[in-house]
Amino acid sequence: MAKIKTSDELIKKSNDCSSCLDAKFKGLKGKRAIVVCGGTGCLSSDSSSILKRFQELIKKNGMEDKVTANIVGCFGFCSQGPFVKIFPEETLYTKVKVADADEIFEKDIMGGEIVDRLLFVDPQTHEKASKQHEINFYKLQKRDVALRGNAEINPEDIEEAIGSGAFLALNKALHMSRQDVITEVLNSGLRGRGGAGFPTGRKWQFAYDVQSDEKYVVCNGDEGDPGAFMDRSIIEGNPINVIEGMMIEGYAIGAQNGYFYIRAEYPVAVDRLKNAIKQCEELGLLGDHILGTDFSFRCHIRLGAGAFVCGEETALLNSIEGQRGMPRPRPPFPAVKGLWDKPSVINNVETLANVPYILREGADAYAKIGTEKSKGTKVFALGGKVNNVGLVEVPMGTTLRQLIYDIGGGIPNGKKFKAIQTGGPSGGCLTEKDLDTPIDYDNLIAAGSMMGSGGAIVMDEDNCMVDVAKFYMTFICDESCGKCSPCRIGTKRCLEILEKITEGKGTMKDLDELKTLANVIKSNSLCGLGQTAPNPILSTMKSFYDEYVAHIVDKKCPAHVCKSLMQYKILPEKCAGCGLCARNCPAGAINKTDKVPAGKPETFPLRVHEIDPDKCVKCGLCQANCKFGAIIKD
Amino acid sequence: MALVNIKIEGQSFQVEQGLTVLEACRKCGFNIPSLCAFNHGECSRASCRVCLVEVKGARGLVASCVYPVNEGMEISISSVRASEARRASVELLLSNHRKNCLECEKNGHCELLEVAKMVGARDGVFEGSKTPATIDHLAPSLIRETDKCILCGRCIARCKSAHGIAILGFENRGFNTIVSPVENRSFATSPCIQCGQCVTVCPTGALLENSEISKVDEAMKAGKLVIVQTAPAVRAAIAEEFGEKIGTPGTGKMVAALHRLGFYRVFDTNFAADLTIMEEASELLKRIKNNGVLPQITSCSPGWINYLEYYYPELEKHVSTCKSPHMMMGAIIKTYYAQKHDLDPNNIFVVSIMPCTAKKYERQRKQMPNDVDAVLTTRELAKLIKRAGINWSKLPEEEFDNDLLGEYSGAGVIFGVTGGVMEAALRTTYFWLTGKEHAAINFDAVRGLEGVREAAIEVNGTTIKVAIASGMKNAKILLEQIKAGTSPYAFIEIMGCPGGCINGGGQPYVKPLFLPNEDFNILDTYRNKRASVLYSEDEKQVVRQSHNNKDVQRLYQEFLGEPGSEIAEKLLHTSYDINREKYPNK
Repeated sequence: MAKIKTSDELIKKSNDCSSCLDAKFKGLKGKRAIVVCGGTGCLSSDSSSILKRFQELIKKNGMEDKVTANIVGCFGFCSQGPFVKIFPEETLYTKVKVADADEIFEKDIMGGEIVDRLLFVDPQTHEKASKQHEINFYKLQKRDVALRGNAEINPEDIEEAIGSGAFLALNKALHMSRQDVITEVLNSGLRGRGGAGFPTGRKWQFAYDVQSDEKYVVCNGDEGDPGAFMDRSIIEGNPINVIEGMMIEGYAIGAQNGYFYIRAEYPVAVDRLKNAIKQCEELGLLGDHILGTDFSFRCHIRLGAGAFVCGEETALLNSIEGQRGMPRPRPPFPAVKGLWDKPSVINNVETLANVPYILREGADAYAKIGTEKSKGTKVFALGGKVNNVGLVEVPMGTTLRQLIYDIGGGIPNGKKFKAIQTGGPSGGCLTEKDLDTPIDYDNLIAAGSMMGSGGAIVMDEDNCMVDVAKFYMTFICDESCGKCSPCRIGTKRCLEILEKITEGKGTMKDLDELKTLANVIKSNSLCGLGQTAPNPILSTMKSFYDEYVAHIVDKKCPAHVCKSLMQYKILPEKCAGCGLCARNCPAGAINKTDKVPAGKPETFPLRVHEIDPDKCVKCGLCQANCKFGAIIKD
Repeated sequence: MALVNIKIEGQSFQVEQGLTVLEACRKCGFNIPSLCAFNHGECSRASCRVCLVEVKGARGLVASCVYPVNEGMEISISSVRASEARRASVELLLSNHRKNCLECEKNGHCELLEVAKMVGARDGVFEGSKTPATIDHLAPSLIRETDKCILCGRCIARCKSAHGIAILGFENRGFNTIVSPVENRSFATSPCIQCGQCVTVCPTGALLENSEISKVDEAMKAGKLVIVQTAPAVRAAIAEEFGEKIGTPGTGKMVAALHRLGFYRVFDTNFAADLTIMEEASELLKRIKNNGVLPQITSCSPGWINYLEYYYPELEKHVSTCKSPHMMMGAIIKTYYAQKHDLDPNNIFVVSIMPCTAKKYERQRKQMPNDVDAVLTTRELAKLIKRAGINWSKLPEEEFDNDLLGEYSGAGVIFGVTGGVMEAALRTTYFWLTGKEHAAINFDAVRGLEGVREAAIEVNGTTIKVAIASGMKNAKILLEQIKAGTSPYAFIEIMGCPGGCINGGGQPYVKPLFLPNEDFNILDTYRNKRASVLYSEDEKQVVRQSHNNKDVQRLYQEFLGEPGSEIAEKLLHTSYDINREKYPNK
């Protein structure tokens, strides 16, 4: 590929690539295009073999001139993957298996006929949808800001990215003064998507104002919240968009080097980012004198070993420097003294993914999206007890109810909604009363949780909130770096108390101690991880205090989750005496009684069974095997 | 330095800009408890959270050890919120601490205990399980017990700032975090130079010298002739252990105490220091005359010798083959002295009182296994004295035993401070080269406490360039020059600990918390104060040069012949293990 040396050359290249992309999507000259989801989720369901099969079929049928097949980024609707989408009709096939590729090719590509059985079926209306925009999951979303290009362009082909408008924002920025770029970002109202929501423009301004021979921009891709995969998907789906965001930031603050810090557990994202950086360098879009200007910029990748604390920006800086990932005290702030003691700005992946949109469309256009104090969109990893699990991008201000019921399709199996956990281990649990709260930074904090990086885990009546608190505390205990004493020792003490409570050994005094500890950790810890570590405890204690009391006073777990506080029971009136439970019991804990099943004569050969609680290991196999619904948790 | 106006507890003060809140408060007479902060930010991790205070307008409580003062700042230490927070941080630390305070070796010097008292820590709060502990007693010099460790990181910082080698670091994460050599190895199986600098900064009993008091007790019980020798730097600091101000000379009382502790003879290692100079200076002259390997580097610091073997074995030929003074002393006691008095050397037990922990390792080196039988640090000696119920303040001043090895010169005394060996060697070398004494006696050019120093000495019209370094981080600069072939020096003195033996790893702790009568800046001045004890003792000596020591002269006449003789080589010189493994299998 020839280098793009000037602004004019970029625009020409952009127009050329754009025409190509148009031709592909609109099926000009009778061409067809097959795209296959290449997000980590679908790849683990073997979507790469699906793509390979399509490529074989194209070759076998000599249709290389007519049909293309490539991967794209995440479709977001992960519970329905792998996805295959056919252009120009935009037919969307869901839950595709390798074996389905032949049928799709034969019927759809060769015969022009939709493969009905692979279309999405709405679980409520049972209607089939052949196109993405007809599916409820997508209807309230706005997937063209941070997730721009995801599920559209080939993330491994820079020309498709350029065709979709990449680098036009950078080009625009390079024609502006550095300060004007910062002002534009300030005016857009963009706030950090990593969790705390600090205004991005202000961060940039701090670093811009500091005089230094060298400055750095750092992209925080150390996504560590359990169940979160926003950043991973953004990089996997459109790495160029993030690189462009970083370059604009580098130009704005006066940095010449940018570091991507990404978890080593994200191999796909890392590979695509590496590939994208290489392609940018080949085109001269990274390197010296970018687009003929004085701006020179290089991107580097550093892999994180997976410590949660390395998502904390100062610990991340230590990790990049090759030191143990432990937070640094502040002040000095990174904008003054950051990476290798130089002024540095650390921005989350999603934050950077927003930047090109702001420059391209303008701060005003961006600020039209969202609420008064939280602008733009937010990507959430929606998971837990919800029908439509996946990655969603919604405008700020969307309510939790819309998120859970309209997009998420509600709670499975007719169960009752109990809580939604946002903000990861630093966040809290929101309940029924918060469902109509428009999602933005300030509302979530006011409600007792936080935006966090975008994890959203839905819980139903089967979730024990003490157990949830224990889960997060276990996570935090494992992930505490060990530097400061309140977090290192305090979280362990919290966990010990929660374990005591879930084992039925808690006392009401423990609840006081738990609260005291939580407040100590909050006020005394060094970094954000520690300061927010007790949030899962505090928020569950606030909203579900009765559950804690039930564990302590009644020695019961209302959700029947805590094993020490529940037991399996056979309802004699329902037991048919088949003995399937006893045969499946690994502990030999189920015995025959001499009672005849209800409604049967004495001569009936089978007998009602019962569980010996002393032998029962509470594995649940009996319940899973009972065909009569006779086994319950008590 | 610009001043800023601040308020502490509503009172107005002016303090220098750039100070931390902790430093500013201490200057203004407010003592905030703290643990991890140490010595002007040498360690400042803001990790113990014991120094939290309230600052008006700040987002939350502020770690005063890292937070800089600024104009108009209003600080409250006594607010209930801050007081409770500090107490909670300490109570959390205590809940994960092995609290055998009564039997703990650090009893009386424990900063954690003192801080617990300050914040009013309550018994049994936040009790729970404890971090799995490592107890490392394998190394001859140092022991590590992680169940006492509060993870303040001072030891890590000291190892880095003194030596740049960072033997210690944090291992594991979260509640399982411990401070340890890599892979949680023992000090014995890591390239640790055993200097004990980490011990001197540890606020608790997590790092200590490996005590050999019981070995001395055993020897006494067995009826051996237990002969004790004391290194020069011990006298410069021992009085501190008995509440005297830093810089108080302790020679006479120390000798008196040793006499009362039942030692058969009390000798001064200074005698052997003079002997070392005879050997080392003649070795230097030989190298200069014969175009030998130069620069020659001193060999009396076992910490430095460990460093050489681990990190610069290729420079072995530069290092003098002289044993360190106390090892020479041991060798002479068990040969010459024993013969003169017709004593069975096997019945002699030599104890060295040293400012040093690495000497404990040194005495067990395979190259010289029998010279010295036990090494006690200055701190251990103080324990012996206290154990015996000896009242320091009532002790008279007594003299070392004048028995063949009793005389010493001022040159020997100054061995205990960085530059001292150099100066002592120059006094003798000058005499040997010119045939007359250096008129001024002192070589002021080589004095001082800076980490690396150089000087040029005019001798007979030729200039001898010399250099001095203490602390391995500084030594590295000179060693790298040698490696690169750019070293302009003829002679280099290297001491393991920053400042030399006066600041050795076995010296009394300098913890401002326990030194209410010392100045605010005692951590900046204590080394100078200890050094001045040695320099003034030097001034008082009649004999100021090693070659003028009459006992040394007699030793050569009667026994050794001349410096570098065959028997001198055998008894007073050693070799180095240049194949020493950094990480031997455990």
